[in-house]
Amino acid sequence: MNIAVLVLIVLAISAAGYVLGRHRALSGAQGDRRNLHSLIGYYGQTVFLFASVPALFLLAVWLFLQPMLIEARVGAMIQPSDIPEGGSATLVMSDVRRLAEGLDAAIASGAVTEEALAGLQAGDAELGSLLSDAGVALGAELRPNVLEAAKAYRSDSHGARLALTAAVIAVSLVGALLSLLRVSPEYRARNVFERFVLAALIASSLVAVLTTAGIIASLLFESIHFFQLYPAKDFFLSLTWNPQFRGGSDLGIWPLLWGTLYVSFVALIFAVPVGLLIAIYLSEYASKRLRTFAKPAIEILAGIPTIVYGLFALITVGPLLRDYFAQPLGLGTSSASVMTAGLVMGIMLIPFVSSLSDDIINAVPQSLRDGSFAIGATQSETVRQVILPAALPGIVGAILLAASRAIGETMIVVMGAGAAAKLDLNPFQAMTTITVKIVSQLTGDTEFASPETLVAFALGMMLFLFTLVLNVLALVVVRKYREQYE
Amino acid sequence: MEDMRLADRTASARENKITARGVQVYYGTNHAIKDVDVDIADRTVTAFIGPSGCGKSTFLRCLNRMNDTIPICRVEGRIEIDGEDIYDKRVDPVQLRARVGMVFQKPNPFPKSIYDNVAYGPRIHGLTRNRAELDEVVEKSLRRAALWNEVKDRLTSPGTGLSGGQQQRLCIARAVATSPEVLLMDEPCSALDPIATAQVEELIDELRENFSVVIVTHSMQQAARVSQRTAFFHLGNLVEFGETGQIFTNPRDPRTEAYITGRIG
Ligand SMILES: Nc1ncnc2c1ncn2[C@@H]1O[C@H](COP(=O)(O)OP(=O)(O)OP(=O)(O)O)[C@@H](O)[C@H]1O
Ligand SMILES: [Mg+2]
Repeated sequence: MNIAVLVLIVLAISAAGYVLGRHRALSGAQGDRRNLHSLIGYYGQTVFLFASVPALFLLAVWLFLQPMLIEARVGAMIQPSDIPEGGSATLVMSDVRRLAEGLDAAIASGAVTEEALAGLQAGDAELGSLLSDAGVALGAELRPNVLEAAKAYRSDSHGARLALTAAVIAVSLVGALLSLLRVSPEYRARNVFERFVLAALIASSLVAVLTTAGIIASLLFESIHFFQLYPAKDFFLSLTWNPQFRGGSDLGIWPLLWGTLYVSFVALIFAVPVGLLIAIYLSEYASKRLRTFAKPAIEILAGIPTIVYGLFALITVGPLLRDYFAQPLGLGTSSASVMTAGLVMGIMLIPFVSSLSDDIINAVPQSLRDGSFAIGATQSETVRQVILPAALPGIVGAILLAASRAIGETMIVVMGAGAAAKLDLNPFQAMTTITVKIVSQLTGDTEFASPETLVAFALGMMLFLFTLVLNVLALVVVRKYREQYE
Repeated sequence: MEDMRLADRTASARENKITARGVQVYYGTNHAIKDVDVDIADRTVTAFIGPSGCGKSTFLRCLNRMNDTIPICRVEGRIEIDGEDIYDKRVDPVQLRARVGMVFQKPNPFPKSIYDNVAYGPRIHGLTRNRAELDEVVEKSLRRAALWNEVKDRLTSPGTGLSGGQQQRLCIARAVATSPEVLLMDEPCSALDPIATAQVEELIDELRENFSVVIVTHSMQQAARVSQRTAFFHLGNLVEFGETGQIFTNPRDPRTEAYITGRIG
């Protein structure tokens, strides 16, 4: 049965439960709704929820698990000899799935009956024409095991679908009945509903938490895999980065880490003072009219896609820096450089720093400003001596958040800083960052088996740890700041 | 009432510190102060009383030009301190505020140490020549605010960590540290418990020896206890202004009497 129809059936049962629940509550109260514990709608809603949510949850879990279980079963029917030269088990498995779909289509169009299908053999010409009619093009020769697997796949799927339908409808009915039986005027439907809402909210937040945990787990898993193939000592201590796709590469993280930190440092040196001054101007000096116009204008900067910043770095800033600074000063001839990427990234971070700091400065109570003015301080004395110290922890938090963005930024460095992994102090040299190397190690023909590709996960792990530490620090600092004014 | 009369007599003998004539204040189109004339005597405590929203704070803020920080606020009329018009173009509001200190309703210590809070004014105005002098000013101010004994061992701990009453006394110490000639206090005790209130009132009485003090209060008892003169505001008008004893025992205007006896408010 179609999933959509099944969902509709569950909803219909639930709707009926809603009506019955209301009715039962009302008749229990002799038709006077004032005798009910809760508003009458809650009785209906409770039955509705018990009839629908568990059944739909079962449906979701089942649909998620079913393919995995069936493929594990069917996959066992395929022998190693069935896997063609250069192919893999997953490719054969997708053949099986396509075959099964083709057979389904053939039966649905009435071209063949179930009984006839069961008798068909791999070599039969009839089978070929059936499948091509159904739009399934067979690649190489069809091996008998594969055909049998496809048949098994079909029958398993059908059986599972029937069981699913029965189970879901049963759960829905049982839920509706059980909750209906509990309905009486004293039943605290309102509180039950409240707990249901709570459970739903928790479940939603669990999704986010579990996803994060899943991502971390997969990073960790692949990183461990990497360290089994490549010595951790070399990764953390070697000063060269020189991947060779034939093996024997040097995969030291230091040149990349250095590039990342150097570019981020340049970006922050540029973004923090400018962003902070903007924030001070906007929150302390600018008139209301200017503010309503200027603040969104600056925040537009934050909406520019980073690839556009990358283009800007590549085409405008890079050549400019090379022609007017690097070459006259004899510092380099490359337009891709730490300076280019850092400057452009700094521009990108300005609205980030300024709008966070602006909010923080605005949160400094007006009474502090009044207090300072009333002693005869000027505006800039007030800003320097009262407002900035009061806002400092929050501003530090904003800077840490900006730093974690800078470290994770990819597009601008790909296009602005180049791809040469170097340990160098000269900011007009091309260098590269962790993010750039993750991209370049994974693009192209890849199979996740060699240290050269798996290193991407170890790099990702490092990046994640770095930004995690920065974010946690920022959170701690910001929280401390909040306590001060509560 | 007899001793209060005595106090009044000494007050009325003093010369005027502040004279305000024909003061009008507008917030946009809202006419908040209507043609107010007041004389504030030197070394006297003057209380402003009146129902909420009548313009007491607004008028008080005119006296140190704090209303300049509100863009929509417009002040007309003439306010003189020692015969000098404070709204004159040549007067620097920043300098003026060093002479006319202010204490607010809610304690607002800066997020700095207790010492730095008190030293803030002397530092920005360059009132001391060296650290020893600054130490002296800080100690003297804290003693005046009756806070020295409680904080002398922890001058470097943050001012925000004090109790509400201590914070308010810290703010008073901060205000007196610049040795202002006038001290404006806008409901300085409304966040304090009775004991801290009594301490602050005692302090106000002592401050009278050196400064003239203007205090806004909602408590009739407080006005009667600490002030020598009282001004009653109502809907932006100065209804009655006179010696405190006379205002509270024998008000001339029926509105004053109604307010004091609790019939309007
Ligand atoms: N910043 C401001 N912007 C606009 N209007 C204001 C502002 N401050 C005060 N007002 C208006 O001016 C009038 C007088 O207010 P003010 O604060 O002086 O009253 P108040 O006598 O101090 O009252 P309270 O006893 O409640 O403190 C009120 O109508 C108020 O709405
Ligand atoms: Mg007020």
